[in-house]
Amino acid sequence: MTVLLATSPLSHPFFLHAFLAGTAIAVACGLVGYFLVLRAQVFTGDALSHVAFTGAMAALAFGADLRLGLFAATVAMALLFGTLGRKARPDDVVIGSVFSWILGLGAFFITLYTTSRSTTNGTAGVSVLFGSIFGIASSSAVVAALVAAGVGLLVVLIARPLLFATLDEAVAAARGVPVRLLGYGFLALAGISAAEATQAVGSLLLLGLLAAPAGAAIRVTDRPYRALALSAGLAVLEMWAGLFTSYAVPKMPPSFAIMAAATAVYAATFLIRRPVPRPRTRTAVPTGT
Amino acid sequence: MLLAETGAPTWSWNLLTDFQDMWSYPFMVNAFRAGAVVAVVSAVVGWFVVLRRQTFAAHTVSAVAFPGAAGALLLGFSAVYGYFTLCVAAALVIAALRGGGEHEESALTGTVQAFLLASGFLFTALYRGLLEGPQTILFGTFLGITSSQVTVLTVVGAVVLAVLALIGRPLLFASVDPQVAGGRGVPVRALSVVFLVLLGAATAEASQITGTLLVFALMVIPAATAQVLTARPALSLALAVLLAFAATWLGLTAAYYWPYPLGFFVTTIAFAGYLLALGRRSLREVLGRTRAGAAPTAKEVIA
Repeated sequence: MTVLLATSPLSHPFFLHAFLAGTAIAVACGLVGYFLVLRAQVFTGDALSHVAFTGAMAALAFGADLRLGLFAATVAMALLFGTLGRKARPDDVVIGSVFSWILGLGAFFITLYTTSRSTTNGTAGVSVLFGSIFGIASSSAVVAALVAAGVGLLVVLIARPLLFATLDEAVAAARGVPVRLLGYGFLALAGISAAEATQAVGSLLLLGLLAAPAGAAIRVTDRPYRALALSAGLAVLEMWAGLFTSYAVPKMPPSFAIMAAATAVYAATFLIRRPVPRPRTRTAVPTGT
Repeated sequence: MLLAETGAPTWSWNLLTDFQDMWSYPFMVNAFRAGAVVAVVSAVVGWFVVLRRQTFAAHTVSAVAFPGAAGALLLGFSAVYGYFTLCVAAALVIAALRGGGEHEESALTGTVQAFLLASGFLFTALYRGLLEGPQTILFGTFLGITSSQVTVLTVVGAVVLAVLALIGRPLLFASVDPQVAGGRGVPVRALSVVFLVLLGAATAEASQITGTLLVFALMVIPAATAQVLTARPALSLALAVLLAFAATWLGLTAAYYWPYPLGFFVTTIAFAGYLLALGRRSLREVLGRTRAGAAPTAKEVIA
């Protein structure tokens, strides 16, 4: 719609907000996603993203702020998953059962909301499911950026012990690394970044932002820290590519453009043959960069 | 999604007249028939899903029904074709690209899922005339089920069940202990591919009733409940079918009387059953611990 009068997309406030929030969210998702993939907890991330939907809908149905529901639901659910599983690693059948019920609950709240409350904001459900990054207000963009930066910083801070605990739990525990506490803390961070990213790409799609850059990074390099940085970097680049593409082609929703970029990069890494077919990262020891 | 038009029927506690009332509407009869078929097929397939710990793959295949339906509508076909094409295709992609490490597989599954859901969003954005927007496809509707749809459901369901019956024994063996099964000459990989395709077909079926996001509930929750209740394969399979059936029919009845989505009722009833089963198990564990030397309680089939 605005493509005709564009000199630079960044001169539009809505794009600037999307760019700011999107970049921070991408960094957080790339960092958290790397550990989710490494710990084989992508399914947990998936479940958290669906819980985000129910949380948002519940908040709307009860007339509260949507973001309150997002954060409360995802963090609570992350901690619940941690409790359900042994060593803060939940079993996938338990996750599946819990979150399919949560989704049903989301359907309930969305009906409650659309029949009782909303007369003006009838599409809130769709924008929670699929995101509305171009609709972020300037204050929310700043909050999103700050929260995402905080999550990213915390992940970097606990990266070393978390890597240790992920790659060799038994040895890490013996060395005095608080494995269980780290598991909980990490799940809480995953919950926060899921809630944060929902506003950008939507609860159904944020899994792509968590899984694709990390999956690509792990295929490209075996070195943990390099892969961590690469994952965050790829997420940011894909976010930018998606935003600019969607700006240039207004018919294309930004969430789709971002997912398409992420998927394309991940697919491209399958074309790269790794030089030596060594045993996988599972056996690698975190020896620093 | 809602049943507001029929003038708010009320529950009278007289089961006979209630059911007569409800079944005087052809769409309700169709919904009950379709619900029965879907419950049986997804419970049986879901039982193997839970046994094989492929819950994430099942969720991805079911999520993919959404872009399938949206894409088919965009191109001018019936949503049914979209469901079947994309569910089976996604099952094949996951089957073909498997065999990396554990974490690679999950990253891959997640990416496939998110990308296809995003495509579905693109399709609905391009095709504005879509019935009620994405919500109907995502959360399901049971009001528009036609008799011919029920026939298609029954035929596909029968084929899925027949193939499963044929490969049931080796599949069970391969699911419980893939290495030993492989050593005994069971084609573990081929079975896994065939099973994923069956999963795709069953999902495409169920998607039309419960919506793409909730199929998964019918697959996983009854099977998980049954496997908590008993360790014996045949018995827990039968239990899973029974539970899925009960959840679907109770859900349909509830959705007839209250103006909330069917998916909500079905998932809530199924999940309540799951919680009861878990409660029963932990109660028995507590009792078993107080009585020394008591027989071990029925744990999950496969630890």
